[in-house]
Amino acid sequence: MAHAYTPGLKVTNRMTYSVIRMLPIKGDVMVKVGDNVNANQIVAATYMPGDVYPLNMANLLAVPPKDVASLMLRKEGEKVEKGEAIAETAGLFGKFKKKYNSPYSGTIETVSDVTGQVILRGPDIPVEVKAYVTGAVTAVNPEIGCTIETDVAFIQGIFGIGGETCGPIKFAVENCDEAISANNISEDMKGCVVIGGARISVESIEAARKVGVVALIGGGMDDQDLRDFLGYDLGVAITGSEKKGITVIVTEGFGDITMASRTFDLLKKFEGKEASVNGATQIRAGVMRPEIIIPLEAGDCEEETEQVGGYLEIGLPLRIIRDPYFGMLGTVSALPSEPHVLGSGSKARVLEVKLSSGESVIVPRANVELIEA
Amino acid sequence: MTIDLENINVILATDCGSTTTKAILIEKVDGTYRQTYRGEAPTTVEKPFANVTIGVTNAVTEVGELAGRQLTNEDGTIKTPASDSDGCDMYISTSSAGGGLQMMVAGVIAEMTAASAKRAALGAGAIVMDVISSNDKRRPHEQIQRIRELRPDMILISGGTDGGTTEKVVQLAELIAPAKPQPRFGSEYEMPIIFAGNKMASGEVEATLQEDWIDLAVVENLRPTLEQENLGPARDKIHDVFLEHVMAHAPGYDMLMDWTDADIMPTPGAVGNILQTIAKKENINVVGVDIGGATTDVFSVFDETFNRTVSANLGMSYSISNVCAEATMPNVLRWVQFDMDERQLRNRVKNKMIRPTTIPQSLESLIFEQAVAREALRLAYKQHKEFATTLKGVQQQRTVGDTFSQQTGGNTIVDNMKLNLLVASGGVLSHAPSMNQTAMMLIDAFEPEGCTNLAKDSIFMMPHLGVLSAVHPEAAAQVFERDCLIYLGTCIAAKGLGKEGKPCFSWTLSGDVATSGTCNFGDIELIEMGPKETATIVCEPARGFDLGAGNGKKVTHEVCGGTVGLVIDGRGRPLGLPEERQQCQQTIARWVENMALYKEMEEAVVSA
Repeated sequence: MAHAYTPGLKVTNRMTYSVIRMLPIKGDVMVKVGDNVNANQIVAATYMPGDVYPLNMANLLAVPPKDVASLMLRKEGEKVEKGEAIAETAGLFGKFKKKYNSPYSGTIETVSDVTGQVILRGPDIPVEVKAYVTGAVTAVNPEIGCTIETDVAFIQGIFGIGGETCGPIKFAVENCDEAISANNISEDMKGCVVIGGARISVESIEAARKVGVVALIGGGMDDQDLRDFLGYDLGVAITGSEKKGITVIVTEGFGDITMASRTFDLLKKFEGKEASVNGATQIRAGVMRPEIIIPLEAGDCEEETEQVGGYLEIGLPLRIIRDPYFGMLGTVSALPSEPHVLGSGSKARVLEVKLSSGESVIVPRANVELIEA
Repeated sequence: MTIDLENINVILATDCGSTTTKAILIEKVDGTYRQTYRGEAPTTVEKPFANVTIGVTNAVTEVGELAGRQLTNEDGTIKTPASDSDGCDMYISTSSAGGGLQMMVAGVIAEMTAASAKRAALGAGAIVMDVISSNDKRRPHEQIQRIRELRPDMILISGGTDGGTTEKVVQLAELIAPAKPQPRFGSEYEMPIIFAGNKMASGEVEATLQEDWIDLAVVENLRPTLEQENLGPARDKIHDVFLEHVMAHAPGYDMLMDWTDADIMPTPGAVGNILQTIAKKENINVVGVDIGGATTDVFSVFDETFNRTVSANLGMSYSISNVCAEATMPNVLRWVQFDMDERQLRNRVKNKMIRPTTIPQSLESLIFEQAVAREALRLAYKQHKEFATTLKGVQQQRTVGDTFSQQTGGNTIVDNMKLNLLVASGGVLSHAPSMNQTAMMLIDAFEPEGCTNLAKDSIFMMPHLGVLSAVHPEAAAQVFERDCLIYLGTCIAAKGLGKEGKPCFSWTLSGDVATSGTCNFGDIELIEMGPKETATIVCEPARGFDLGAGNGKKVTHEVCGGTVGLVIDGRGRPLGLPEERQQCQQTIARWVENMALYKEMEEAVVSA
C-alpha cells in the first residue's frame, strides 16, 4: 500500500530551532558568530530608501521635457528641504521667472529629459531586525543578517493574527477545556504571553489588549469573534501584519474547541519562562503557521519526544479536522485500502479511528491530522 | 531533446497543484493511447518538505501501485524507459504550486494597451497581481508604493502603439525603476521585466531600466495598432522566463525540470491550449472553468477569440472564506434547501480555509460546499464577462443605419446564447458524487441560454493533455476524445422572465428519444437520454422568451444525451430565486428533487 501521507502540526518538547534574521536590503549586522543574544536585541539594522515622489517638472514649469535638466537649481544626488526652490524658469529677459519649491524633503534622484519628470526620494526609513528568540548566533551573512540557533520547546498553532512578540508565559485558566473569558484576565498579565484553554472570546481579547498582554493563546475561537475583533471579514488567510496591539493564536481551529492536552501540558511545564510568539499565518504559497517558541535552559526536557513522520500507521494518535467529528482525538485502528462510500456519497480512502470515548468511526484520510505522542 | 514518438508506449504526466499533485498514466492499448490509472498526493512545496518532487513521487507511487507497474526508482526518481512491467517512456508535468506564476503588468491606457498586456499575461497562465496604467486614477507616488509592496515574479510593460506615445511608456519605466519591487525569491533574484510596447520607445525604456537587479527582455509590441493585438511573442517570452527564472527558484523544481521530457507548463496555460484545440477542431464556442482551492480560472473561445481570466481569491479551500465574504452568506445559503446555523457555518468555512485538504464527509457538508461553489463560479464568470471584451479604442465607421444600434468597443464577447459547450473541471465539479450535481452547479452558476452541451473533465486531465499536445499531439488527441471529457448532456434554457407557473415553452423531441411537453416558468425537468443518444428538439417559446431564434420564435436544435440527460430549464434568465427564505427553500427543494441531485447519495450510503 502507498504511504498515506497526512499533514500535522508540530508540538515538541525539545528541538533545535534555527531562525534566519534578514534585512530586506543590505545594511549592518551587529552581532558575530558565537554571540548570545536576547529575543529583544537588535541584530541588524539599515535604512530603506525613502518614499518616492515623482514631480512632472515639464508640466509644472510649462517647458519642454528636454529643458528641465538645465532649469534645475538642485542637481541629481543633491539634498533638498521642503519649501526650498529646486527649479526655476529662465523667464523673459531675466524677469518673470517662475520658481518651483519642493513639496517634500529628500534627494533629487533622477531628472528625465524624455518625460520631464523629476524623481524626488524622501528621507531614508530606519529598519531594525530583532533577534526574536534568545539563543546563539551560528552564522552571519555580512550586510544581510544572521542565523540564531537554540534548543527550544516548539508549538505550532493552526491560525493566528499579529506579528512577532515575546514575554513570560502566564496561565489564565486551570484546565485545557476551560474557555477564557474577560474575567480571567488580570492586571499582572501585562507584557505576558497568556494561555487559555478552549475558546477565546472577543471580550477576552479586548480585555487582554487593555491590560497590555502581548499574546493570547487558546484552543479555538469563533469566526464571528475574529470578525468583531478585526473589524472586517478575513477573506484570505494571510496574516501577521495586523496592528492590533496583541498577537492571538489558536492551536486547534475555529469553534468551541479544547486545546490538545499535550499542548496545554507542555506550555504548563514552562509557566513563567520567556516565550517568543508569532501569529503570522499564510495558508497559500509557502505555508506559514503561527508558532510559540520556548528556549530551553540546562536540565529542561533532556529527552526529546518521538517525532512522528507524515505517514498514517495503526496505533498513531490523531485529530479529526472536519465535521461531523471535528476536533475529536483518537488513534488509527484500521487502514482499509478499498475506497469507502461516505455520507456525502463521495468515494474516498478512509481510516477507522478509535476515539478517546472508545467509539470507532470511519473518517476520510484527508480529514485527519497526526499529532505527536 | 528529440523524442522518438513511434516508440512511446507508456506516458506519465503530473500536475502539481497548490493543494494536490495529480498523476495519470497513459498507455498504448491495442494501438491507441488511453488513460489507464490515476493517483494523487498532497503537494509538498511547503516546509518541512519544501520539495515538490516528494509529492510527485508519492502520487506516481500510487499510480504505480494501482497499475502494478514500478514507476519510480529507489531514490524516488522516475524510472525510464518502459519495459513490460515497469517504468515509462515519457514523463511530463504542469505546475501551479507555490502560488503559480505571479505577475504585475503595466500599460499606458487601462482599457487598451494595459488590458492587452493583462490578456497576454493571463493567457500565458499567470496570476495578475495588479495592472498599472497612466489612467488608473492612482497618483504616481501611490503607484510606486503599490509596486514596492507587490512581490511579483515578473513584470510585463506594454504601452503605445508602434510609432505612438513614447513619453507615457518611458514614464511607466520610470515608476518601476525607483520602486525596486522585492521578488519573493529573495534579494539575489534578478527581476525579469518584459517590454512589449511601442518599438520606438524600446531604447529609452532600456536606458531607464538599466539596473543590476533587472533582467530586461524586449519583444514585439503586443498592441502594434489599436485594431490589432499581437499577444503571441509576449506570451512565449513569459513562458520562457517562467521556466528560466521562476521555476528554477521554486523548491525542488530544478530537480523536477531534470526529470521531465518536455518543458514544465503553467497549469492554466496547458488547459487553455487544449480548449483552443477543441474549439478550433469542432468549430464551436466553448467556455471552460477550472475551480481550484485558491483560484478559479475561466477560459472562453468565442468566434475563435480566446480569453482567460483568473479570479485570484475565488476558490474552494484557501479562498473559500473570501467567496463567502464576497458573495455574502445569504447568497450562499439561498442554494441550500434547509436551515443552517450561520455562526457554525462561519467556523466551518474558516476551518476549511486553514486545513484546505479536507473533504466533506456528511451530505449536509457537501450541499453547503456545492452552494459555495455556485457562488464562486457565478462571481468568476461575471468577472470573465467583464474582461472578455472587444478591443477598446478601435475607431469604427458608422453609417446612418447604425444610428440606433451603435456598438462601442469594449462590449463583452461572451454570449451565453451562442455558447455550444460548457466544460467543467476542478475538484468540486469533477469529484461531485453525482454528475447531476455537476450539471446543476454549472447551469445555476453560468446560466446557459438556448442549447448548450455540458461536459466535465473526467478526472481533471486537461492540464496533462495540454502539455502532452505540445510534445505528442496524436496521443493527446486520442486520450482527449476517448477518456477526457464526459458528456453530461444538453441544457435547453429560455431567456426571459415570466410569471411562476405560466407556460414558458413547449417542446417536442424526435429521434432516439421521442416525447413532448410544456415547461412552465420556474420549472426545471430532466429527460432521460443516454450518452450515445441524439434527438431533434423543436421548441416553441411563449411571448417574452427566447431560445435562440428570437423573442417567441420557434427554434430547432440537435441535442445529445449524456450521463445526466436532457435538462429542460424554464426558470428564465437571468435566474432569480425568491427572496423570502422559506419560499426559497421550497423552490430549491423542488429543483433538487426534479434533478434527482441527492437521491443516489442517500441510496448509496444505505447500501454501503
